[in-house]
Amino acid sequence: MARAATTTDAFNAVAEPRRRQILDVLAGGERPVNDLVAELGLGQPLVSKHLRVLREVGLVEVRDEGRQRVYRLNGRSLQPIHDWVKAYEQSWAERFDRLDVVLDQLKTQEEDDGGWNNE
Amino acid sequence: MVAGTTSKTAVVTLPTDTQIVITRVFNAPKHLVYRAWTTPELIKRWWGGDRGEVILAEVDLRVGGRWRYVMVANAGFEVAFHGDYHDIIQDELLVSTEVFEGLPGPGTLSTATFIEHDGRTTLTLLTECPTTELRDAILASGMEGGMQESLDHLEQVAVSLL
Repeated sequence: MARAATTTDAFNAVAEPRRRQILDVLAGGERPVNDLVAELGLGQPLVSKHLRVLREVGLVEVRDEGRQRVYRLNGRSLQPIHDWVKAYEQSWAERFDRLDVVLDQLKTQEEDDGGWNNE
Repeated sequence: MVAGTTSKTAVVTLPTDTQIVITRVFNAPKHLVYRAWTTPELIKRWWGGDRGEVILAEVDLRVGGRWRYVMVANAGFEVAFHGDYHDIIQDELLVSTEVFEGLPGPGTLSTATFIEHDGRTTLTLLTECPTTELRDAILASGMEGGMQESLDHLEQVAVSLL
């Protein structure tokens, strides 16, 4: 389905820790390349390489400001990843809701018994 | 912690390429959460979520002991998971492997910690995966449409790992 195609873009792009680091920095606001280089402590060519990957999948956008290239996060393109994690969260949320019911019953039982003896 | 109404929201984070962490607060002391987490008859009541019925929950709760859960999904097929307990501190910590029986390989390592505060318990479940691909496949297994889609996806991943 569409998933396979998606996995090859934004998903792969954020699988790289340095690229996630770049996204984290950009989450605080747009930044020129030099800032990113300084912040990440990486060489400019490597930072530029990561930025190119992020641009290709639409995770960041760039504009020219004078002689500077300024990058910013494109939050919308992170949505599929967000949704994807949310879905996992949802499946656990269903389990936990049921666990709540079990726990309520155990609590009531314990109060009634004045203590439950472990088998 | 907020008193009164509980914010019963499960929160998923991805600390590294190969990890998934999910946290949730329960309005119960930790010995009860731990009991519900480790007692077969109780596991059967919650572990399937909305997706199916747990027909088997075996728990040999000792280090080196084995667990195995089998669920019949609503769509009719069976899924089974098993693993071994690596570390156990009663009411506090449970470390075990988890292998999905449809997928070859070493599976994942799960660390559940139960921390109580004011009569409520924060459960933190850390899943560590041998590869990013497996981590991603596990995350994808939560996709709506249920297990079949995820199994298809897992199969693709499994094939790609060969």
